[in-house]
Amino acid sequence: MKYETQGIAKLYFIAAIGLFVGQILFGVILGMQYVIGDFLFPEIPFNVARMVHSNLLIVWLLFGFMGAAHFLVPEESERELFSPLLAKATFWIFLAAGAATILGYLLVPYATLADMTMNHLWPTMGREFLEQPTITKIGIVVVVLAFIFNIGMTILSGRKTVISLVLITGLIGLAVFFLFAFYNPHNLVLDKMFWWYVVHLWVEGVWMLIMASLLAYVLIKVTGVDREIIEKWLYIIIALVLFSGILGTGHHFFWIGTPDYWQWIGSIFSAMEPIPFFVMVLFAFNVVNKRRREHPNKAATLWALGTAVMGFLGAGVWGFMHTLAPINFYTHGTQITAAHGHMAFYGAYVMVVLTIISYSMPIMRGQAAANAKAQVMEMWSFWLMTVSMVFITLFLTAAGILQVYLQRFSDTPLGYMVVQDKIEIFYWMRLIAGLIFLIGLIVYLVSFFVKGEEVKVVQSEAAEANA
Amino acid sequence: MRETFTKGMARNIYYGGSVFFFLVFLGLTVDTVQRLPATDNRENLTPTVTAGKYLWETNNCVGCHSLLGEGAYFAPELGNVYTRFGESTDAIKAYIQSRPAEGIPGRRSMPQFNFTDQELEEIAQFLKYSDGIKTARDWPPNIQG
Repeated sequence: MKYETQGIAKLYFIAAIGLFVGQILFGVILGMQYVIGDFLFPEIPFNVARMVHSNLLIVWLLFGFMGAAHFLVPEESERELFSPLLAKATFWIFLAAGAATILGYLLVPYATLADMTMNHLWPTMGREFLEQPTITKIGIVVVVLAFIFNIGMTILSGRKTVISLVLITGLIGLAVFFLFAFYNPHNLVLDKMFWWYVVHLWVEGVWMLIMASLLAYVLIKVTGVDREIIEKWLYIIIALVLFSGILGTGHHFFWIGTPDYWQWIGSIFSAMEPIPFFVMVLFAFNVVNKRRREHPNKAATLWALGTAVMGFLGAGVWGFMHTLAPINFYTHGTQITAAHGHMAFYGAYVMVVLTIISYSMPIMRGQAAANAKAQVMEMWSFWLMTVSMVFITLFLTAAGILQVYLQRFSDTPLGYMVVQDKIEIFYWMRLIAGLIFLIGLIVYLVSFFVKGEEVKVVQSEAAEANA
Repeated sequence: MRETFTKGMARNIYYGGSVFFFLVFLGLTVDTVQRLPATDNRENLTPTVTAGKYLWETNNCVGCHSLLGEGAYFAPELGNVYTRFGESTDAIKAYIQSRPAEGIPGRRSMPQFNFTDQELEEIAQFLKYSDGIKTARDWPPNIQG
């Protein structure tokens, strides 16, 4: 570790992993509820478990992004963090706010939580992914602004690299578009439309800048390929992301009462959204093949390549599958969406955070890379989680295709619950795949504690590896 | 690509293109908002409907159901439930009211929210209003949602 304050990232990463575990446990509960409808009812109804599952995901990914920024920005800027104290304060405030919110979901009925937090003064609750009480949302804004200030000051007063500039652009975008979470008009169509200005412009817009910059950073480190080349790829990728993704928002404006022209705009531009993901695959494999050093951290390289491939499959291919308006007419709001959502989030965002954790954690623990045994175990967890996620996606896709046919496409459409009973077998298989994912996650946790011979790097290489 | 296409060119394309597409998106946003009155059923946006939307939100209905296809996929689509229930707000109210507090053994169960008659009316009116939004191609594809 070149700069002492980079070590603050460790706090963020530990919290991220802890919340990740919580997210998966609730995922398993949800999987159970799909097959045993009244599992944990009425104590933890489906909507509560789902809210915990999706909110934990968002929060732990944010912890991951913030940790990543704290780790890489000092190194890129060639200086210590602007304020280590602020970095620690934002961590604890964010953790406390996040934990309190999740406990609120679990301990009291949602309507009571709304009353307790005086939602009526400024109603923002009860919309998918934006379920947090208004006060929590304000807290998120404060924390993110403090964090951006700290990172921004570090960048401004140090060396400015393309990676840190793209990263901060993404982070600022994240903060700006989150502000739409405070706009909740009575008019349902307007509400839905601007809700996407948070959700879509986050995950298919500014978050992609963060993701691409993290990937580029790790690839520079593990391959030793010239920064100029990697930065050029980075610009191309994020250009393609925004060219397709901004107007690609239109694929959410097909069936919510918005004008018909979105069918064309949304279809055309979102059909191009797989392109940047494909370029990312080319980029990752290209630079790994042209690597100029053998970095001892093989696991981090595996995660980096995995991010590119799974991002392309989950966000790119599975997104494209139902993004054209004539197809989406039938698939909108079915298990097809769930299938896409799972693999896209895992492939693009979960994996990129695990990539940067894999690269940086050993360094923060005083080694160039984890020992060989630990790395083997980490790679096992990679395959267990990734393959089980592929199967979760395939089973949900199968369920979705049948659902679309039986409920919407056939000449004698059946009712929603009748169809759900008929496709139950796929929910059972999805549950099994989910349990294997959990096993993979446990293996991942254990990999941090596996002892073995420390990775020896000769001094010159060690210096280079930290360069 | 190496020599002829420089990093500077890539950067300029990124900045220029992003600003361009963002401005186009902004323009389309304004246009869409101006056209919404034709489809968004705002003429029926009464205080009762608004109160119903607040109940919809504060009971996290979207955590199980979808509305115009958005939300969770654990329970039926409600954007056309008014039509599906024979255009009867009474049928909607009766359904919500009759959910057993302890659920239905082995089945997906909707919570018993203990709504007052007033609240039931509000939520039913909100669902009726939602059903009145003119979606493209009259989505969902059929009455089953």
